[in-house]
Amino acid sequence: MNGLSVSNLSFSYGTKPALQGVSFEVPAGHFCALLGPNGAGKSTLFALLTRLLTSPSGDIHIAGHALSKTPRAALAKLGIVFQQTTLDLDLSVRQNLNYFAALHGISGRDATRRIDAALDKLAMLERAGEKARNLNGGHRRRAEIARALVHDPAVLLLDEPTVGLDAAARAAITEHVHRLSDEGTTVLWATHLSDEVGPDDQLVILHRARVLVKGTCGDICGATPLAEKFLTLTASTA
Amino acid sequence: MSPYATSLIAIVKREALRFIHQRERFVAALVRPLVWFMVFAAGFRAALGLSIIPPYQTYITYETYIVPGLCGMILLFNGMQSSLSLVYDREMGSMKLLLTSPLPRWWLLFCRLIGSTSISILQVYTFLAIAAVFGVTMPLAGYFMALPAFIIAGVMLGALGLLLSSFIKQLENFAGVMNFVIFPMFFLSSALYPLWKMAESSQLLYTICALNPFTHAVELIRFALYLSFNGTALIWALLAATVFTLAALWGYKPARTGAGKKR
Repeated sequence: MNGLSVSNLSFSYGTKPALQGVSFEVPAGHFCALLGPNGAGKSTLFALLTRLLTSPSGDIHIAGHALSKTPRAALAKLGIVFQQTTLDLDLSVRQNLNYFAALHGISGRDATRRIDAALDKLAMLERAGEKARNLNGGHRRRAEIARALVHDPAVLLLDEPTVGLDAAARAAITEHVHRLSDEGTTVLWATHLSDEVGPDDQLVILHRARVLVKGTCGDICGATPLAEKFLTLTASTA
Repeated sequence: MSPYATSLIAIVKREALRFIHQRERFVAALVRPLVWFMVFAAGFRAALGLSIIPPYQTYITYETYIVPGLCGMILLFNGMQSSLSLVYDREMGSMKLLLTSPLPRWWLLFCRLIGSTSISILQVYTFLAIAAVFGVTMPLAGYFMALPAFIIAGVMLGALGLLLSSFIKQLENFAGVMNFVIFPMFFLSSALYPLWKMAESSQLLYTICALNPFTHAVELIRFALYLSFNGTALIWALLAATVFTLAALWGYKPARTGAGKKR
């Protein structure tokens, strides 16, 4: 399978379980929203998916590569947008992307070509020379998403990428990333904002360290708005 | 170009850029040893009589004695400074970028170490140039001979910084590093006084000084600057560099970075 697959993943901080038997799959080229209240385990799941943490139990496959067995091949297929901004604010957008490309072993003309293409996809090409510090929140995010695309990842992870952005910037970024999944990238988008999820999107609801429900958003909600459905689901198990 | 070389160049370049953007840091890093060199040494010159000890072949002034120790001080403070910036990077999230690269983690951390050591050595040579202006000069070849010693000492202290950064979870804890690592390492060494002087006042302190890897880093530098070779210091410094590096890489293992850390 070419997308993202997580099976039977568990993790605990000391005795406090953060994830228990989490399993789900995102088929290649699909957009999957990972919805969960604060403390549901989203950040832990992201840390495990990006190998910042490792767990002795469970498996993660990224574009067919097992993260535990061939971590470098798996990470090479993974694009990541962290919740916190990880741009070097003193560097220009292009310098930031160049640094990232080099961390993936990409340099020279190849790097320039890929960086231009990635920035263009996010409509950020004309800002390539600007210092990251001078960009507004929405543009910083777009620069980070472009950066995550430089090495042509098969799977893109975004951890609450719209936090702190205004409505217009949020809508623009949500749309950009949906378009990426239409073009074939597998997307896992963690959020606690239900209006960022469309009816055709895959949905995984994480609650209290477990997967509460998974499927297509439309199938799960029916006629009920997702926000309402989400509250009912998380409240009934509270 | 190989991915390894590409990442090494990028990481060193980023360290250099970061350094250029913080010119105050460069000045501050130079002011510290210069204050010791110009003020402290002047005051102590009269109080401290130095006999002829290797590698010196004649009576030397106190200023001359402490220059190698102050080179070590620059490397020590920079090693800790880079540790501080690693902790900062982790708090700010940019560390994640490094740790999620598909290149091996040990290589990326090693690149960071090389980057910060290069910057330190640049500062050491600037300091030596200023010291030369004020009349403390070494044999010309000594400046070149000392380069490998600076690299070994720089990597050793940088690795110590890396090791500490893997254990320090918050920036606030950094003051503790100053009190419990930098000061004891610096004062319990041969940087400011020859060890036989220390032995006269306390045998215990002398033993601690003799075991302190920083002492050996300073002696390695001192001997190299005067075109002599100190095998014991070299072995100790290399050993310490290896142990600190391996421990730091262990400290940054993915299973360890998060274990016990509750978010």
